[in-house]
Order: sequence, then structure tokens, then C-alpha cells
Amino acid sequence: MADVLKKVPVKEQDPKVRATNFEEVCLGYGKEEAVEEANRCLHCKNAKCIAGCPVSINIPDFIGEVKEGKFEEAYKVISQSSALPAICGRVCPQESQCEGKCIRGIKGEAVSIGKLERFVADWARENGIKPEAPSVKNGHKIAVIGSGPSGLTCAGDLAKMGYDVTIFEALHKAGGVLVYGIPEFRLPKDDVVAKEVENVKALGVKIETNVVVGKSVTIDDLLKEEGFEAVFIGSGAGLPMFMGIPGEQAKGVFSANEYLTRNNLMKAFREDYDTPIAKGKKVAVVGGGNVAMDAARTALRLGAEVHIVYRRSEAELPARKEEVHHAKEEGIIFDLLTNPKEILVDENGFVKGMTCIRMELGEPDASGRRRPVEIPGSEFDLELDTVIMSLGTSPNPLISSTTYGLDTNKRKCIVAEESTGATSKDGVYAGGDAVTGAATVILAMGAGKAAAKGIDEYIKAK
Amino acid sequence: MYKILEAKILAGNIYEMVVEAPRVANRCLPGQFIIVKLDEEAERIPLTICDYDREKGTITIVFQPIGASTYKIAAMKAGDAFMDFVGPLGTPSELCTEPLEEVKKKKILFVAGGVGTAPVYPQVKWLHEHGIDADVIIGSKTKDLVILEEDMKKVAGNVYVTTDDGSYGRSGMVTKVIEDLINEEGKTYDLCISIGPMIMMKFCCLTTKKLNLPTIVSMNPIMVDGTGMCGACRLIVGDEVKFACVDGPEFDGHKVDFDAAMKRQTLYKTEEGRALLAYQEGDTHHGGCGHCGGDK
Ligand SMILES: Cc1cc2nc3c(=O)[nH]c(=O)nc-3n(C[C@H](O)[C@H](O)[C@H](O)COP(=O)(O)OP(=O)(O)OC[C@H]3O[C@@H](n4cnc5c(N)ncnc54)[C@H](O)[C@@H]3O)c2cc1C
Ligand SMILES: Cc1cc2nc3c(=O)[nH]c(=O)nc-3n(C[C@H](O)[C@H](O)[C@H](O)COP(=O)(O)OP(=O)(O)OC[C@H]3O[C@@H](n4cnc5c(N)ncnc54)[C@H](O)[C@@H]3O)c2cc1C
Ligand code: SF4
Ligand code: SF4
Ligand code: FES
Repeated sequence: MADVLKKVPVKEQDPKVRATNFEEVCLGYGKEEAVEEANRCLHCKNAKCIAGCPVSINIPDFIGEVKEGKFEEAYKVISQSSALPAICGRVCPQESQCEGKCIRGIKGEAVSIGKLERFVADWARENGIKPEAPSVKNGHKIAVIGSGPSGLTCAGDLAKMGYDVTIFEALHKAGGVLVYGIPEFRLPKDDVVAKEVENVKALGVKIETNVVVGKSVTIDDLLKEEGFEAVFIGSGAGLPMFMGIPGEQAKGVFSANEYLTRNNLMKAFREDYDTPIAKGKKVAVVGGGNVAMDAARTALRLGAEVHIVYRRSEAELPARKEEVHHAKEEGIIFDLLTNPKEILVDENGFVKGMTCIRMELGEPDASGRRRPVEIPGSEFDLELDTVIMSLGTSPNPLISSTTYGLDTNKRKCIVAEESTGATSKDGVYAGGDAVTGAATVILAMGAGKAAAKGIDEYIKAK
Repeated sequence: MYKILEAKILAGNIYEMVVEAPRVANRCLPGQFIIVKLDEEAERIPLTICDYDREKGTITIVFQPIGASTYKIAAMKAGDAFMDFVGPLGTPSELCTEPLEEVKKKKILFVAGGVGTAPVYPQVKWLHEHGIDADVIIGSKTKDLVILEEDMKKVAGNVYVTTDDGSYGRSGMVTKVIEDLINEEGKTYDLCISIGPMIMMKFCCLTTKKLNLPTIVSMNPIMVDGTGMCGACRLIVGDEVKFACVDGPEFDGHKVDFDAAMKRQTLYKTEEGRALLAYQEGDTHHGGCGHCGGDK
């Protein structure tokens, strides 16, 4: 009998093998494993896990169906709350959300809620189960800007209520960060993301790609000329930051967004795609979040020796534990308590190295984390040919600067009510990273959901 | 899909295409650009909007094939279609957004280099339609590569053509013509707009700086998304880092760091860059252009 205090282990590609390919790292549960893991769930009366999930999936109920082997029923339970379960099951920071609250976690390991959710969603996809399109249309037209998780969720929910929804997406493919940012080896694009987008389309949602709102059309045009009665803005936080240190203009310095976009959206890692990428032989990724881990593990798979350069210590790494663990297994080198001072450039303008300085942790700062301070005289040079800056992103001002009467805050985020998504402009709603700054897939989905409700109430009250 | 309605060769290896893209045509202004993607596997290629017809919903692009992707585009014919065509991107030329009375006070000189003549045309045409006739210098390597001369004459004040080899019009670089016009021929200008290869814009700016003539340039760094998301297009302008795709592509030429920009542009492009990439990582530049060996 397996140890009930521990999770049923999940199969993963061997680190040595996966470090050279872009196939998915985690292989997911099979039927038997899923049922065995489901049996660890205590079906708590006062299920704390639900409160940990930003979209309040009825976790004990769906896991209950899995126990019985009723996977289609389980999928229906999840679908009541989430439009993108195959994605959330893979990328949610479960340890700090649903699983972080699980009773099992008090004495032993939490139930593997994410992996079970993923199993159910994958099973439903493989067995051709689709959400049902609404039978009655109400004739009201709603525009959704951006096809990331917030936009897809908002559009899906509105379509289910009978609205005629069109998503406008700036890029040539729908999915937002799910297609351009998160790599294939964590979130397969064709098998998972494209299928989830298809599911949203199956609800009757139209997606118009290649439309940059603020440039190709404005929100005021959509409202006044194109007959949309309300607009949801889910345009994300895509604007990358740089450090402002000498040498940042050199050839071989990229933002993580550029490096990941070339590889994920433009598929530079595949021979049959035209977009080039300067893979690098010796790469430093500056930063310690999920994005930094993704860039580092991508560079590794393209054949480089990769260093993560992060100014605080391991305890402060903002990335998910699982990602840090995977990165280490694959051979990423962590240069912690280290901060770049200058990028060194050769006579042809290419990166040849980076001067760094060692740091130590001082007093806690405003964020409550101990502030890193330089250790004088500890400078040293790393020999490199590529530097990837992964310092965070902020919302793109394209929309806020072209929409009359739309308030933003100091951080350029759109101001919106949390419970309804309502902004300062009548009929305009917003949610996801565009409102919160870079956050998570599930929070963006939660915001899309709340806004769908807000929009429905707005239209009904008109 | 975005249908190609017309495709022709303007001169030498300079191609012109008229593409159906109603959303772009509806809102674009001179100075803006589009990004085109030929098919599923293609790169995203930025090209300036060279003309537009709001009624027909069409955009005209003019380009010179220089690498694998632009050669592929050049092989397209009328009736074919692009998979993706997005725009208008970037900010319009200031001339089209400033109060007209202010613009009318200015004497304007355009300096067009090679294929850069194409993006100059809509600006000159726009001014003409608003009652302003600007002077235009068209610079070209040789007679056969001069484009749009007749069209330009219809909408400009004076048009001065110069060729590097002296085979047509005046002889010598555009910088020499600028100096001649101002120093020898008694012309005065309040604003210069220079569009062409980066190297030409750089020297143009060195000349106009000496002449105290404010100059605007249109930068064409490497781009990926064109919406401000990747930072590939970043440039140093004054002391600031700017993203050409959203803050530009037009900038104060006297503030642009051309040397840094020209170096960056060659990352995937020059023999040096390709050879280096090939040397560093073998097959990364799978452009297959056949010219550089970087894909071998
Ligand atoms: C590399 C990376 C890894 C991550 N890993 C994780 C993870 O493991 N777990 C997790 O929970 N979260 C992760 N995140 C964060 C998560 O992806 C985001 O919080 C989430 O995608 C935000 O969703 P969104 O819908 O608000 O915006 P986005 O996903 O950013 O989508 C916005 C969309 O709007 C489009 N758009 C923008 N402007 C316009 C415009 N003007 N007109 C039309 N369209 C426009 C964009 O092109 C984009 O497609 C990661 C992020 C990155 C970058
Ligand atoms: C805003 C803007 C407007 C432009 N307008 C025009 C135009 O109207 N007509 C025209 O002929 N060209 C124009 N260009 C340049 C055109 O985009 C490049 O010639 C084209 O990208 C080269 O691609 P390639 O694969 O054929 O060449 P390659 O030499 O094979 O290019 C290899 C790589 O380098 C990049 N690259 C190389 N040169 C350039 C460049 N000059 N600009 C951007 N990326 C480059 C490409 O992205 C590609 O990945 C413009 C560029 C920008 C940024
Ligand atoms: S959506 Fe995310 S937080 Fe909610 S149950 Fe699933 S994995 Fe947990
Ligand atoms: S808290 Fe844990 S054990 Fe309890 S219902 Fe939720 S998943 Fe099951
Ligand atoms: S092209 Fe990506 S930010 Fe400008």
C-alpha cells in the first residue's frame, strides 16, 4: 500500500534527456495513478482548498468523480468554474493556492490537485469532450481585447450567457503569454493551448487576430462605430524592463520576452521556421522569476551553458519551487546574491562578458524581503556571449494612451474594480495583468470571469 | 488572409505591392508601418506604408529583397495572399499630427535614399493635399534604381535627383546636394526629413547638424512583434532607450545613436554576424538565403 502521506509520484522526462528537447517535462498521471491520488482526498466538508483557488473550482466534487472513474463528470464540475483546466493544471502555482490550503498538507503532502485537474482536462480532450455552445443568443455584441487567459475566460463566459463576442488580438496567434511566453516544454502549444482556444471558439466566440487596439482601431471606435455595447480589456503586461547598465545595447542582449517570443511564438527552435535566434553558447539570465526560469531552460535546450544571475538568495527566488527544482535538475547554474554592473562588449559590438558584484542581505525593505546590498570590492567578470534580461514587465500604454477617460495608476496599470472589472469609463471593463501588473494565469482568469459577470449586469441594467 | 491585388517591379530589384487590408487603410497615416507574415513558418517583417487608399481599403508596400524572407515575399504574385498583415504600427509622422498652421510656416526638405523614396512619397503627398509643397532630394546608386520620380514630381515642390555614379541627375551623395542647395543655391529650410539606409541617415544628420537644420529620421531596427513587447527594436535617442515600434519609427536624427543602432541591426544580417552565428552554433540562421553560408 502506498504511503497516504505522500503524493502519487508523477512521471517526468529524465532531466538529461529533456535538457536537449522541447517535449513536455511532466508526463502527467495515467488513469490508475489519478484514481489512486484522488483516493487521498478526504472530501472535506469545509474544503479549504476551494478557498485557495482563485476561480473556486469545486475541488472535492471533481476529485470525488475521479475516485469513481467518472472523468467526464469530473470535467463538467471543473468546467463550471474554469475554461482552461488543461492550462491551469500545468502552470498554476498550486503550492501557494489550492494545494497550499489542503488539509492533507498539514501532516504530509497536499493532494495533487493540479495534476488531477490536468489529468481530467487531458482525458476530456483526448476523448473529444467539448463544452456546449449556448442555444440562445441574446444579440448583444461585446468586444474583448487580448486573447490571453483573462480575455479567453471573459469571452467564454459571456458566450455561454448568449453574448455575441469578438476577441481582438494584436499578434497573429491567440493565447497571449500562453503562446508567446510560456515554453512548449511546460505547456504544449498545439496539443493544449490551441485546443483550449478551439474550445472557446466552439462556444461561438470570434477571434480577429492582427488587430492592435489603439492603432488598428480604438476602443471609442469599437463602441461608437462597430456596434459593441461593452469592451473588456485583457491586454496583459507585456512591456519589458531593462537595467540601464552600460553595454545593454550590445548584440547578444535580449529581453526574456524577445528570446521566448522568437522561440515559442515564432518557433525559432524548429528548422522549418524562418525566424532566427542567437542561441548563445554561454548565457546569463538576469532575474529569478518564472520568466527567468523559462528563458534559462529554453537557452539550455538550445545548447547553451546557462547561469541564472539573481541579486537575492534562493529563499527569495520568486519563481515556482517546481520550476526552480526542474531547472536545477537540468543543469542550470545559479549565481545567487550576484548583481550585474556592466555588460562587456567586443570590438564588433557582441557581448563578451558581464561584470557582476556579490551581494549580501541587509535589512528588510518595503516588500518585507531582506534588501540586497553590494559587498564592496567583490566585482568579478563572467565570460558570456548572451545576456537575457528578465527583470519584469509593465502594462503597455498603447490602449490607455488612446482611450479617452480611462484611468491608470502610477504603475501604468488600468484602474478597475476587483469584483466587476469596471473601469473609470462607462461600458469599459478590464482585468488580468493589464490591471494587476504581471501576475498569474489563474488570477487573470478570475478577473476575466468577474468582468464577464460585471458586463452582463451592465448590459441587463441598460 | 490579406490578398495581394497588384504586384510589380518598380525598378531593378525594388518591388511594389498593393494589399487588401481595410482595417489598416482605414486608420493609417504617413510615417507608420505594417508587419507582414507570409505563411505559418515565416518571419514577421516590418515594412513602411508607402501609400494607402481608404476607400478601396488597400495599402501599398515597396521593398527590396535582401534576405530569405524578403525574397520569399518578392516571389508572391497578384492574387496570392499574406497570412498576416498587421498595422498601422508606430506613430504617424509629426507633420500629420501637428497643427496645420505650424506646418505651413515651415520650409521642408525631404531626403530620400534608395528604397526610402517609397516611404517619403506618402508624406510629400499628404503635405501636397494639405496645401504644402515640400522639396525632395532622391538619391540612388545609379539611374536604373531611381523610383517614383514622376509620382513625386506631381506632389512635391522641387525634386532633385542624384546618383552616386552620376549616371542620372546630379552626381554624388545626397549630403552633397543638401550642402549645395543651402550653401550654393540660396535655399533655406526649417526642417529636414531623411529616410533611407541607416548609413545615409547618419551622414545626412552629420551634415544637417553643421547646417543647424533640424532633422527627422525613420529608423528600421530589427523587430519582432512591433507592439512594444519584445524590446528588440530598442535604440538610444538622447540619453533614453526608446522602442522604435511604439515610440517611433521617426526620431530626432540629431539625437539618435546611429553607430549603436547600425551595429545592432547586423546581428542576424551581416556576413560577420552570420559567420559568427554559424561559427558559434552551426545552423541557427536557417534563412537559407544562400549568400552568406551561415545556414550551411
Ligand atoms: C515566460 C512567462 C512564464 C510564466 N509562467 C507562469 C506560470 O508558470 N504560472 C502562472 O500562473 N503564470 C505564469 N506567467 C504569468 C501569466 O502568464 C500571466 O499572468 C497571464 O498570462 C496574464 O494573462 P492576461 O490575459 O492578463 O494577459 P496576457 O496573457 O499577457 O495576454 C494579453 C494579450 O493581449 C494582447 N494585446 C496586448 N495589447 C493589445 C492591443 N493593444 N490590442 C490587441 N491585443 C493586445 C497581447 O498580444 C496578448 O496576446 C508567466 C508569464 C511569462 C511571461
Ligand atoms: C519600421 C521599419 C520599416 C521598414 N520599411 C521597409 C520598407 O518599406 N522597405 C524595405 O525594403 N525594407 C523596410 N524595412 C526593412 C525590412 O524589414 C528588412 O529588409 C527585412 O526585415 C529583411 O528581412 P530578410 O529576412 O529578407 O533579410 P535578412 O538579411 O535575411 O534578415 C535577417 C534577419 O535580420 C533582420 N533584419 C535584417 N535587416 C533588417 C532591417 N533593415 N530592418 C529590420 N530587420 C532586419 C530580420 O528580422 C531577419 O530576422 C523596414 C524595417 C523597419 C523596422
Ligand atoms: S485552477 Fe489552479 S488554483 Fe484552482 S484548483 Fe486548479 S490548479 Fe488549483
Ligand atoms: S482540502 Fe485537500 S483533502 Fe480536503 S477536499 Fe480539498 S483536496 Fe481534498
Ligand atoms: S519590435 Fe518588439 S518591442 Fe518593438
